[in-house]
Amino acid sequence: MATATKSLKKQGSDLAQSNKQLEILSNGIFKSGELPTFKEKISETNQFPLKAKKLEILQINVGYMCNQVCDHCHVDAGPDRKEIMTRDTMRQCLEVIKNSGAHTLDLTGGAPEMNPDFRWFVEEAAKVGIKDFIVRSNLTIIRANKKYYDLPDFFKKHNVHVVSSMPHWTRGKTDKQRGDGVFDKSIKALQELNDRGYGMPDSDLRLDLVYNPSGAFLPGDQTAMEKDFKKALLEDFGIQFHNLFAITNLPIARFLDFLIASENYEDYMYQLVDAYNPAAVESVMCTNTLSISWDGYLFDCDFNQMLELPVNSKAKHISEFNEELLEGRKIVISQHCYGCTAGAGSSCQGSVA
Amino acid sequence: MSKNYYDAADLRKFSKITEWSEELGNKFFDYYGKVFEEGALTAREKSLIALAVAHTEQCPYCIDAYTKDGLQRGVTKEEMMEAIHVGAAIKSGATLVHGVQMMNKVNKLDG
Repeated sequence: MATATKSLKKQGSDLAQSNKQLEILSNGIFKSGELPTFKEKISETNQFPLKAKKLEILQINVGYMCNQVCDHCHVDAGPDRKEIMTRDTMRQCLEVIKNSGAHTLDLTGGAPEMNPDFRWFVEEAAKVGIKDFIVRSNLTIIRANKKYYDLPDFFKKHNVHVVSSMPHWTRGKTDKQRGDGVFDKSIKALQELNDRGYGMPDSDLRLDLVYNPSGAFLPGDQTAMEKDFKKALLEDFGIQFHNLFAITNLPIARFLDFLIASENYEDYMYQLVDAYNPAAVESVMCTNTLSISWDGYLFDCDFNQMLELPVNSKAKHISEFNEELLEGRKIVISQHCYGCTAGAGSSCQGSVA
Repeated sequence: MSKNYYDAADLRKFSKITEWSEELGNKFFDYYGKVFEEGALTAREKSLIALAVAHTEQCPYCIDAYTKDGLQRGVTKEEMMEAIHVGAAIKSGATLVHGVQMMNKVNKLDG
């Protein structure tokens, strides 16, 4: 995969449009019946319709702007994306955080730190005393500009749980997926986080890494990968971290673009369908998560957000949030959902089955 | 019927061999699965051995399968190529060591 410099949106690509992506995912091998649709597949085990359970995780996407343009990015994020959550919408989110039963707050992007109100939001949200407060940091942002150099201290001050992408323990594979120089900057950022106590064996300052494959293949066993990552990062750079989350690339946005351009799309969909695991459906993240977009709309997950598939509920915006109304809602599905049910399953917290 | 001897899509149909000989097919796949489980060797080490053997056997299906398997396990391209060289070294060594047999025969026949 070659590293892009512009988002699909900026390039004016057809695949920047969610309806085009959904069309591809519904036609071809799924329309012809060569492969079962996700609905048909989960119906085989009486798991249709998939319904939301009790809300546990609020995942807030504070904007699509990012300092990187990663090949696999399902958000199609990049420096040219201008969608940013306003402080007014953040205030509405804070109300929901205070009043909902969710135990985890998960801030994502883009690079969430690039939102000018990011620090204000973290300070306010930390006051609510949520059990697990995650920021998905791409690591390089910490070294991108002087104004971000103190982020490790800021995270520590607010006891933020840092979750960061790290596609491989070698420079070559990391830079191929995430851009030149990303590996060295990520290593430096991880060392700085370690210096603050993040990721150390007995530390409460949680540092987890996210691994997702660099190409058209599924992630390997999460436990085995974690062992390999820990050994290599410790031996080569003295770096420690807590857990590795192995995440499957879902066939949307830039990864879908890559699959089609490299003629891997059909093979990849076969892999996902062949690896379908009904046990993973039980714990799939959309059943306990609510995804909130930069402009306050509600989605079953971050992927549905990017495909512009809103929640199937009367409450469609953070201003209309109603936990009772949202619980039990039917999850909106398409063929991309196979990505979360392949093998050991996949979620923003890694394997689920 | 394809005009080619090999079709990459046939790999997906591998499990169908069981349809024409259920007991033997199932026994093979049970055995195959067991072999690749973590044991005295890690699953990662076994994957690299399989990749090397796939090349010495020149099986295109196996090469596809164990290249992908290696990538899934985080195996680097350098590790993959080194594994193939191990297979190649044994293949060429196996050829050349028979040179001793040739030498023995020459010595016997021709003094």
